[in-house]
Amino acid sequence: MSAKTLYDKLWDRHVVHCDDDGTCLLYIDRHLVHEVTSPQAFEGLRLAGRQLWRSDANIAVPDHNVPTTDRREGISDPLSRIQVETLDANCTDYGITEFAMNDIRQGIVHIIGPEQGVTLPGMTIVCGDSHTSTHGALGCLAFGIGTSEVEHVLATQCIIQKKARNMLVSVDGQVGHGITSKDITLAIIGKIGTAGGTGYVVEYGGDAIRTLSVEGRMTVCNMSIEAGARAGLIAVDAKTIDYVKGRPYAPRGDLWDKAKTFWQTLQSDPDAHYDRVVHLDAASIRPQVSWGTSPEMVVAVDGCVPDPAMEPDHVKREGMQAALTYMGLVANTPITEIYPETIFIGSCTNARIEDLRAAAAVVKGHKLAANIKRALVVPGSGLVKQQAESEGLDKVFKQAGFEWREPGCSMCLGMNEDRLSPQERCASTSNRNFEGRQGQGGRTHLVSPAMAAAAAIVGHFVDVRTLEV
Amino acid sequence: MQAFCKLNGLVAPLDRSNIDTDAIIPKQFLKSIKRTGFGPNLFDEWRYLDHGEIGMDCSKRPLNPAFVLNQPRYQGAQILLTRENFGCGSSREHAPWALLDFGFRVVIAPSFADIFANNCFKNGILPVVLPAEDVARLFAEVAATPGYRLHVDLEKQQVTTPGGEVFRFAVDAFSKKCLLQGLDDISLTLEHVDEIKAFEARRKLEEPWLFGSSRR
Repeated sequence: MSAKTLYDKLWDRHVVHCDDDGTCLLYIDRHLVHEVTSPQAFEGLRLAGRQLWRSDANIAVPDHNVPTTDRREGISDPLSRIQVETLDANCTDYGITEFAMNDIRQGIVHIIGPEQGVTLPGMTIVCGDSHTSTHGALGCLAFGIGTSEVEHVLATQCIIQKKARNMLVSVDGQVGHGITSKDITLAIIGKIGTAGGTGYVVEYGGDAIRTLSVEGRMTVCNMSIEAGARAGLIAVDAKTIDYVKGRPYAPRGDLWDKAKTFWQTLQSDPDAHYDRVVHLDAASIRPQVSWGTSPEMVVAVDGCVPDPAMEPDHVKREGMQAALTYMGLVANTPITEIYPETIFIGSCTNARIEDLRAAAAVVKGHKLAANIKRALVVPGSGLVKQQAESEGLDKVFKQAGFEWREPGCSMCLGMNEDRLSPQERCASTSNRNFEGRQGQGGRTHLVSPAMAAAAAIVGHFVDVRTLEV
Repeated sequence: MQAFCKLNGLVAPLDRSNIDTDAIIPKQFLKSIKRTGFGPNLFDEWRYLDHGEIGMDCSKRPLNPAFVLNQPRYQGAQILLTRENFGCGSSREHAPWALLDFGFRVVIAPSFADIFANNCFKNGILPVVLPAEDVARLFAEVAATPGYRLHVDLEKQQVTTPGGEVFRFAVDAFSKKCLLQGLDDISLTLEHVDEIKAFEARRKLEEPWLFGSSRR
């Protein structure tokens, strides 16, 4: 028996059938459903006269379209309302558990999965959403799928897939004080590029990853897709087990003991083979700020906007030039001389309690800088919001001038009212700085929660480690 | 699904790498609960000079004359030629729905994002991966030759230029079969229904905590 990676083990345990050409039927333990990518799948199921395979494998939540302001009046945008109501109706019709908009457990699908214990080690998890990679932080195989595949999972509890290759990203040593999981993931993407993980499942390892909390690991796995990898994962350790224990949907009693014993085996074998290995020196990672329109366009905060003239490849050079034009930036500008006018703290990347604590620690006792026109904090779930309020974090943010919102995807993609205006510049803790992502013409700089908070009170990007907090 | 066998189609060049699915179909159009009607909003932010919203009559909107798909010589294009990592970002299947609705049946690039390529195969669009230097040559030929067409043959797995030059491409056997025959893959999977049930029963014994959705 040859040595296996964690991905090999998870894959092997879920193969129902495999054809000679390597096309496999993979069994799916958990299917997460949201309102944007599921209506056409349920419609397809109905049109074909097919049944739902297994209702208890599905958990649904509306997140992309929900307002983050007062919800007592419901959703004012009629199209958003129809989409959320369609999800509600589909869940009722098919007997699927849903955390509806006004349920305290509602939130961003990738936040509530782990929070509720709906996400468990050793599972295969899919969702019609590319950031499903987040859940891999708990030692499961989790990836985003399209709507046709959502329908396929609803009807068969399987997906058709060929096995990806194995990649190890090892973050060696320890990061310096004040460096967060967001800085680690942006540094990884800056190194391997947005297609660096294409065709691979990425396992994150190394001391710096082991040192991260489970929530920090989620941030790293979340942005695997920004490196091109459908899935990212991290081996189970004591932190994973502690994180899962006592969650509402986690097993209890004898089942817990049995599950725990199994989960503790979910690591790669010491001599397992990876098709590609990338090493990063943790100590060299500095706070990261993206400058362009692709997550790989990222530099350390003490750097400058790069100069396209220095890029030999003409396709890349033109891409850089287009990004600078879109972002309204001039080559060689120091990052610390970029002034955002909007701050967004939220998204499936960075809206867990630890993220809000990190941002609040920087903000505490300060006011928004004069040039900051608006600053939003959008907790990842109703329970995160409740926890933050019990710690007084909402007051810290509000006293500084931030708006304290209801949970949802919000300005990460602006499907609800929370959008950037053309040319509005935003320091954002989200995951994508694509053109128009946060609103047509909007300019996104990806940063960690602490760095977003620092920009909010200083008015320009600044190394958060130089502030007295 | 619409089958794809072969196509002799006009080629439109989109000379940019890392085109993401937010650019292919912006978020405001994702509020539709239908699979069709996304074509007029394909590349909406690049294609029009105004801000697009769902439900607008796109025939009355101001076109961006600088955007390649608006140029008269590329009207009716069925093959999109583009650069590395096409379709990165969000898993939204609205992206291939929009491409298909617009009229594209083939996208040629040096590489594709995984989820996007997968979504194409499920919707009768063939993603063709060719080496970057071949794609660069095709870009030059398209620019130099108005009305430039390529012949794409899925059965033979080859792209043929008007000059008779042939480029071979790889495609996995299962996706090829489904696309050639326009097969519904759910029906194919349901042929394995007994195997799935047996697997599930075994799994219930091995990892019983994965079954039953009620809070414990």
